[in-house]
Amino acid sequence: MISQFFVLSQRGDNIVFRDYRGEVPKGSAEIFFRKVKFWKEDGEEEAPPVFNVDGVNYFHVKVVGLLFVATTRVNVSPSLVLELLQRIARVIKDYLGVLNEDSLRKNFVLVYELLDEVIDFGYVQTTSTELLKSYVFNEPLVVDAARLQPLSPAAIFMQGTKRMPGTAVTKSVVANEPGGRKREEIFVDIIEKISVTFSSSGYILTSEIDGTIQMKSYLSGNPEIRLALNEDLSIGRGDYRSSFGSGSVILDDCNFHESVRLDNFDLDRTLTLVPPDGEFPVMNYRMTQEFKPPFRINTLIEEAGALKAEVILKVSAEFPSSITANTIIVQMPLPKYTTRVNFELEPGALGQTTDFKEANRRLEWGLKKIVGGSEHTLRAKLTFSQELHGNITKEAGPVSMTFTIPMYNASRLQLQELPKPELPPLPKPELPFDPRVPAIAKPEKPKDPKQHDLPSFQHPPEPALPIMVHGHNSAFLSHRPQPVLNLLRYYARQ
Amino acid sequence: MAPPAQTNRSPSPSQPSGKSEVTDLKSQLRQLAGSRLPGVDDSKRELFKKVISYMTIGIDVSSVFGEMVMCSATSDIVLKKMCYLYVGNYAKVNPDLALLTINFLQRDCKDEDPMIRGLALRSLGSLNVANLVEYLVGPLNAGLKDNNSYVRIVAVIGVLKLYHISVTTCIDADFPAVLKHLLLNDQDAQVVANCLLALQEIWNGEASTSEEALKEREALLSKPLIYYLLNRIKEFSEWAQCLVLDLAVKYVPADSNEIFDIMNLLEDRLQHANGAVVLATAKVFLHMTLSMTDVHQQVYERIKAPLLTLVSSGSPEQSYAVLSHLHLLVMRAPYVFSSDYKHFYCQYNEPSYVKKLKLEMLTAVANESSTYEIVTELCEYAANVDIPIARESIRAVGKIALQQYDVNAIVDRLLQFLEMEKDYVTAEALVLVKDLLRKYPQWSHDCIAVVGNISSQNVQEPKAKAALIWMLGEYSQDMSDAPYILESLTENWDEEHSAEVRLHLLTAVMKCFFKRPPETQKALGVALAAGLADFHQDVHDRALFYYRLLQHNVTVAERVVNPPKQAVSVFADTQSSEIKDRIFDEFNSLSVVYQKPSYMFTDKEHRGPFEFSDELGNLAIRTESDVPVHVVEANDKDLLLGTSEKEESRGSGTNGSAYTAPLYDTSLLSTATQVQPELPISNPAAAGLSPQSSLAIDDLLGLGLPAPPAPSPAPSPPSLKLNAGAVLDPGTFQQKWRQLPICLSEAYLTVSPTGLVLIFVMDRSLLQELSVSPQGAAALTTPQALLRHMQGHSIQCIASGGQSPNLKFFFFAQKAEESSIFLIECKINTSSAKTQITIKADDQSMSQAFSTLFQSALSRFGTS
Repeated sequence: MISQFFVLSQRGDNIVFRDYRGEVPKGSAEIFFRKVKFWKEDGEEEAPPVFNVDGVNYFHVKVVGLLFVATTRVNVSPSLVLELLQRIARVIKDYLGVLNEDSLRKNFVLVYELLDEVIDFGYVQTTSTELLKSYVFNEPLVVDAARLQPLSPAAIFMQGTKRMPGTAVTKSVVANEPGGRKREEIFVDIIEKISVTFSSSGYILTSEIDGTIQMKSYLSGNPEIRLALNEDLSIGRGDYRSSFGSGSVILDDCNFHESVRLDNFDLDRTLTLVPPDGEFPVMNYRMTQEFKPPFRINTLIEEAGALKAEVILKVSAEFPSSITANTIIVQMPLPKYTTRVNFELEPGALGQTTDFKEANRRLEWGLKKIVGGSEHTLRAKLTFSQELHGNITKEAGPVSMTFTIPMYNASRLQLQELPKPELPPLPKPELPFDPRVPAIAKPEKPKDPKQHDLPSFQHPPEPALPIMVHGHNSAFLSHRPQPVLNLLRYYARQ
Repeated sequence: MAPPAQTNRSPSPSQPSGKSEVTDLKSQLRQLAGSRLPGVDDSKRELFKKVISYMTIGIDVSSVFGEMVMCSATSDIVLKKMCYLYVGNYAKVNPDLALLTINFLQRDCKDEDPMIRGLALRSLGSLNVANLVEYLVGPLNAGLKDNNSYVRIVAVIGVLKLYHISVTTCIDADFPAVLKHLLLNDQDAQVVANCLLALQEIWNGEASTSEEALKEREALLSKPLIYYLLNRIKEFSEWAQCLVLDLAVKYVPADSNEIFDIMNLLEDRLQHANGAVVLATAKVFLHMTLSMTDVHQQVYERIKAPLLTLVSSGSPEQSYAVLSHLHLLVMRAPYVFSSDYKHFYCQYNEPSYVKKLKLEMLTAVANESSTYEIVTELCEYAANVDIPIARESIRAVGKIALQQYDVNAIVDRLLQFLEMEKDYVTAEALVLVKDLLRKYPQWSHDCIAVVGNISSQNVQEPKAKAALIWMLGEYSQDMSDAPYILESLTENWDEEHSAEVRLHLLTAVMKCFFKRPPETQKALGVALAAGLADFHQDVHDRALFYYRLLQHNVTVAERVVNPPKQAVSVFADTQSSEIKDRIFDEFNSLSVVYQKPSYMFTDKEHRGPFEFSDELGNLAIRTESDVPVHVVEANDKDLLLGTSEKEESRGSGTNGSAYTAPLYDTSLLSTATQVQPELPISNPAAAGLSPQSSLAIDDLLGLGLPAPPAPSPAPSPPSLKLNAGAVLDPGTFQQKWRQLPICLSEAYLTVSPTGLVLIFVMDRSLLQELSVSPQGAAALTTPQALLRHMQGHSIQCIASGGQSPNLKFFFFAQKAEESSIFLIECKINTSSAKTQITIKADDQSMSQAFSTLFQSALSRFGTS
């Protein structure tokens, strides 16, 4: 049971404010914002998503820089409220196509209308975009997606969600296309976050894939859809090490959206669902089976005199040469007292950029594309304002990386499309060859240079290198009984 | 031209900026109000939007109320909705004008479009004006019978709204009965869900005053209803599923077959993508199996994977909520998770609130086989750019060191931290090395060698400095320049701002003096002089104490200040197991996130349904004696930690008590609870019960009373005589309380409007009830009254506390002409009508008799 719901902009303005029960004083938005802004005097710690001020519990989630907040005095389930806030954000996004401060401000009346139906007297009534459609009458004022600043792949994942950047899916589920036609289409994506920790010798210490099969439906008439996953898919980690190599995909665990029916899942690994309108995760899964990470980064830091050091970054692409990764950004925090950085690219480097972000002491290396099997190196000479003391490798890093690889999926989880002959004839859909910008982040701690071996360690001196990669495999299912296009993309995030 | 309505509502002075705009809006709305021109709806929409946007940013637009209502005569549904929103917001402060809206809302409630009917009904309920409730009853009645489910959904919530505006109107119109009917018969799952939540809220609110409501509340937990809801669970929305699961937690299955049936039925809920559903299911599983150890373990194993999946899917906020629960489970059963430690490794981009939890979990799951890897990982974080996390990581390493046998490698790591030459790392590591030395003095040589190299100038943080000084004092014989370092520190006495450090410095100089007198004599003189002149009371006192002690006898002083020490084997846990259990009972609530039981952060009325709050730890203890309050408080706290008592109070979990865990050994209790409504005492006319009827009840329950003296309205005390002038000091009380076993426990008390009815369950085989006159219930609102009353019966109160309706008393009594003492803990909740009594006695054989006496004393409360 919640008492109030509100959305605050980054500056703390109310964009929408709804009081459901009148149990919490009106000034709650200001109290909340001040608390979040000044959580700890040193500003080093983020406010947790749930906190209590004077008996009022404040819940918040951050979505595209906006704060979605709920308050209550009751000892409710935190999971329920946080889940609800995230869901409200998603419903609003379904309606507005694009969710940001601008679109929210333009459509605040529509948002009020939604909120009225989603929550009544503090109790959740429904968060289904599908159901809400029949109760909501405002037409969304669509913000022009093209005018939006292109988000860098990294920026999308700074939110920490695994949501697709989805420029293609910036369309409202209720708004009609210009010309009054509605496009009959459905998007299915596999998005994977991959975390790998390497030892110094390149041996994988830990690895995990967290994946989501994300669906966004614009279909009318609610046809039933069947999704077939790999037939050799198994769930529940037995002794997976021994079965590795047999080619099967073994998930540790997974969960499903409530619309999914699993009647045949045990038999032939198919999911049956009538997709509700809007965006939702069909299935979340987790895998610790061994897999091959798409990239390796080697980092070397050497001291070169009292006030100087050299960083060497080497990126190797370990996927087939038939595949190309693009929009790669490698980032590495440098020691606090770095004043200047001179970059040296490999000879004949094309489409590469380098930058030293002085504000947050961060090195940035951009590559337009990397062909599978290739290797790229960057040298950076650092100048410091004070003498080094201690271990320079402890002051720099970890290295992170964002990238996109179409047609690649680390978990080898696949979607097999099924024709649906029983569907009624529908207007011929346009193929959505949309410029989705998938993103990948791959952070990695720097490897210690040999110069800094710590003799007392029995273990190799290098710190663990966590790499987190988002894989993305998106398949397009058209409504027509024709071979379906498989758009496979690859994503990663920090 | 301001209409008269505006005069009493002027915009607040803090937002003068909106004033002219609001006046402007007002005149524009006026112009449109009567207009029938085409396109007028569009202009209205724009104006309405403006009004609502002002409302959102906090400008008071209540002055345009009249105009808004005038403009609302439209068929445009978007306009209508905006108008409803506005009206809902301002009706409460404009009750007179709200009357204007009644007309059109009532008309809309009869519209042929179910959407309009629903909307109007919702807005009507949101008006929240007490003198308009009469207009609400009719439309609500119609709404509940509407053939459209949307209207019914809204109407059910409307009943709840009405209940909050006017309890009597809601009850008199017999709405709860209608909701009960819908709960069992409506086809629409959301209607059922809303009925359930509305009834829960209504009965919860009424339970404190009406016995019938209490019964109704218990009825929500009846087997047929629970089964009906659970069988339909997939028809409910995910949010309503949470509601049903929360209800199921409170249901007490009759036997283990039922438990397995329920768990099998709910098994697939653990695969839900919504974390709230999974956690609610997990709670059902955990609580139902509390008394079945093996199955309980299996449940841990079963819910582990889904929870880990939820942590890694979803936003950081969602994972935080789930992770907090995993944290709780890890803390309770670290061994279950010992092979999953890699899941708790931090990723560098995670928010610090997530990292902190993970660090604690890593600390907890570390065992002999994983310690090395975990510590290696933690050492990585120590170099983290995120300084608070770096600190936490070092502390985590220290904690692991303190809980493991093989600390070899860890000590090496800690010493490496000291060599990292980062101030905060050194500071944290120093504190840890100090604790480590207290537990493992055998490591002193290795540690001291490194600590000796640290310049005290580089250590600024008080805690670290204090740790360093402690080591200098404790190991001054091993550190050649210890006296000189201490000397230079004492010379800079005035620059030391932290009293903690100065206190440590005094002690360290003393210790050093006993070991190396010639070298330290000067420093000691300086330190004592400075200490005596210190403005801080504690520092001054300690200096004076040392000074006098040295004056008295140096050998004695050495024995006091520097006695041979035993290694500390276990450091005290910061949280009592009582509190931890309480948090576990409140699984899937904020208590888990805050790591505090709900009574510590919520006011009583918001503690959630079915919560019997006996305010255990929240007592502001009041005492009759001259003992300082905090002493008694500490005593009380200690008392509450007594494990035997904890066990007992757990067992006492009646259906609605704070301990909602369904334990099988309480089946008798629940029988008592369920049977109780059938007792004749529920009849208000039977307030003064005769002993015969009480015996009849005993027979009815077939419990075979070992024939205690039958209670009568004024029973004469049995053979037991009490010493009227008994004295007991709190210390003795506390000691005895801890030592003595419980003789009698578990009482259950109900307060009906007409009287106080006690049902005692003794040794779980004895049931007895007493009655008290109506005044008793009323008089119980203040603790003093009861104290005086009990004193009159030679039962003294040693401590009492709590706030009405939650009261807690510690009584004692002494047997006349004997030293035998009786100790009584009595927790009473006057509003939720429950009490727990625990009796302990020196002489066990007399406890039965004493209990009778105590009851009779209690039963006469309010009558005399």
